[in-house]
Amino acid sequence: MITATELTKKYGTQTVLDLPGLEIPKGESFGLVGNNGAGKTTFFSLLLDLIQPSTGGIHNNGIEVQHSEAWKPFTAAFIDESFLIGYLTPEEYFYFIGELRGQSRSDVDALMESFEDFFHGEILNQKKYLRDLSKGNQKKVGITATFIGNPEVIILDEPFANLDPTTQIRLKGIIKELTQNREVTALISSHDLVHVTEVCERIVVLDKGAIVKDIQTSPETLRELETFFAG
Amino acid sequence: MFKHFFNLEWKSFFRSSSFATNLVFKILTIFAVLYFIVVFLSLGIGAYFIIEKAGLGDPLRVVNRFMIYYIVMDLYTRYMLQKMPVTNIRPLLYLPIKKDAVVRYSLGKTALSFFNWSHAFFFIPFSIVLLTKDYAPMQVIGWHLGIMALFFVNNFLNILVNNQDRVFYPLLVILAVLGISQYYGWFDITVYTAPIFDAFYDIPWTAVIPWGLLAFVLWASFRYFRSHMYLDAGLALKKQEGKTEDYAWLNRFGNLGTFLKNDIKLIRRNKRSRTTVIVSFLFLFYGLIFFSGTYDSYPIVFVFAGIFVSGGFLFTFGQYVPSWDSSYYPLMMSQNIQYREYLSSKWYLIIIATVVSTLLAVFYLYFGWKTYLAVLVGAVYNIGVNSYLVLWGGAYVKTPIDLTTNKKAFGDKQAFNGKTLLLTIPKLVLPLVLFWIGDFFFNETAGYLMVALAGVLGFAFKDLAFKQIEKVYKKEKYKTLSAYREKAA
Repeated sequence: MITATELTKKYGTQTVLDLPGLEIPKGESFGLVGNNGAGKTTFFSLLLDLIQPSTGGIHNNGIEVQHSEAWKPFTAAFIDESFLIGYLTPEEYFYFIGELRGQSRSDVDALMESFEDFFHGEILNQKKYLRDLSKGNQKKVGITATFIGNPEVIILDEPFANLDPTTQIRLKGIIKELTQNREVTALISSHDLVHVTEVCERIVVLDKGAIVKDIQTSPETLRELETFFAG
Repeated sequence: MFKHFFNLEWKSFFRSSSFATNLVFKILTIFAVLYFIVVFLSLGIGAYFIIEKAGLGDPLRVVNRFMIYYIVMDLYTRYMLQKMPVTNIRPLLYLPIKKDAVVRYSLGKTALSFFNWSHAFFFIPFSIVLLTKDYAPMQVIGWHLGIMALFFVNNFLNILVNNQDRVFYPLLVILAVLGISQYYGWFDITVYTAPIFDAFYDIPWTAVIPWGLLAFVLWASFRYFRSHMYLDAGLALKKQEGKTEDYAWLNRFGNLGTFLKNDIKLIRRNKRSRTTVIVSFLFLFYGLIFFSGTYDSYPIVFVFAGIFVSGGFLFTFGQYVPSWDSSYYPLMMSQNIQYREYLSSKWYLIIIATVVSTLLAVFYLYFGWKTYLAVLVGAVYNIGVNSYLVLWGGAYVKTPIDLTTNKKAFGDKQAFNGKTLLLTIPKLVLPLVLFWIGDFFFNETAGYLMVALAGVLGFAFKDLAFKQIEKVYKKEKYKTLSAYREKAA
């Protein structure tokens, strides 16, 4: 589904990302771990064509993201609050995204209903604009919006950060359910090793822009990762 | 203690992320400040002689008569432009600094504002001229000090009424009504207010009263701030009640409607964009300067005015596309959005606003059909040519906009961006040249026709123009994204 070839990103003389070859097959739940500055967000930004690679490129479902915009209809992402429109209410934001993705109002309403648990009564009908919601609730809105319109690729940068424990557990459930039938490719970055090992079947560790570990998740993975980061 | 505050202030200025890029802008600001100083100075020196020459009576009394408007205008400008001192207080709350010291410092800082000392450039020379003209020295000093105190009173009043739109706008309306009444001689408020200012001169010790007033507002603002220094009180960010709105009637326009809906919400729900719309409304009256007779023999001026009258929104809103969407530009760039649709919606918004402005400008018929014709021709040119040019220029404007504040609403460093500056030539100069050609070789009507023709032609080539603009936007995409990521400091 997603292939990065000879992909590098340099700022001046500093290489922030260097991926000679990375292949993410369709339907995989892919976890990206690494300390600050490891290149996780850089990779996602390159994948979304928000920054230009220094060399190489990324193909998303056979489409080179730099040269065509045809990947947009089946890709959804939430990176940070710059993916939210502050002066809209959550409902309006969902409908806006829905309209862009060819979903009717009732489609969106139906989807939102299934997220009632996740919202915990703090999102819908709150008479608040997104800019006035708390960080955690903003995040819930952003994450939920990526599920609108049945995208094939979902990219979530640090989805667990800022969420309360209940919501974290619910989000894990949602992601597991989503990737279960192997229709959706999910790319998730996280600082939380427990969460990411729980929801991702494959985990790649980045360090200073390079892949240092690429493991299929097994019961030992968590310990392996902990030993790695402790060192 | 003040040493620390000063140190922080100094660093926040020199280390602001936009400092280097803003240097040019800072220099230009200094020039603007110098310009105002020169204007104030020359008015201060010249006012006496101008009033005397015009035979309006005792210059001091005349100044006193209009003082009430001057002071209210000052308050108005402050309300619109002066920044509140609360910024940067939050991080200080957790530190071992006495709250009183923080408040004193913040309030003290506002006293040094340009809005306070700029007036001195008018009043000091004016007072000196008065002294040389044999006005009683003690009395002039009393008057001078009294008036100066009033400006500082304004400074603190502004702090106290800040963000109280409910109080502020009615006051503004009352003032406008009073001004109009005075102009038409129905009712003259200055008859009642002038004696107050006269008193500072006639009975110099009364100047103590404004100083007393100053002490009072200073105390009041100190109290106010001191008691509101909590995160959920004075330092809380204002929250608006959100309303989910549908605008279902726009659905028939498909994706275009989706964007239009968003743009309407953008304009209605954000302070900055609302101000822009109000300013663009004022452009409607810009023509009054040119159409009221003085320039009747220079029809070329009419064309110029026509473009401004119908193009207020085009110039004020249009030139900041796509910066209006700067805070969520990454979303727009990764969503299922075609540039064409995105730009079209902005274009339609500009066109609709231009048409509405043209309809509202119908009152110019009062000055004769020719005047309104100039507006119409200007509108056609705006729709056919300028609408593309502002969108094109916008691609080079990479200043992120903070929608929630009015800061920088009046002029920004982008105005001095070379490419955008270059683009104002076809926006304003080209129509004048076209008119001049038509007028020179044939007659006035031919001149108007030339301008209108350019507009019609531009309209006909819409697809081609859009293709070009789209290319520019695509090319600038990464630079724009990275510029928006650095929040406006």
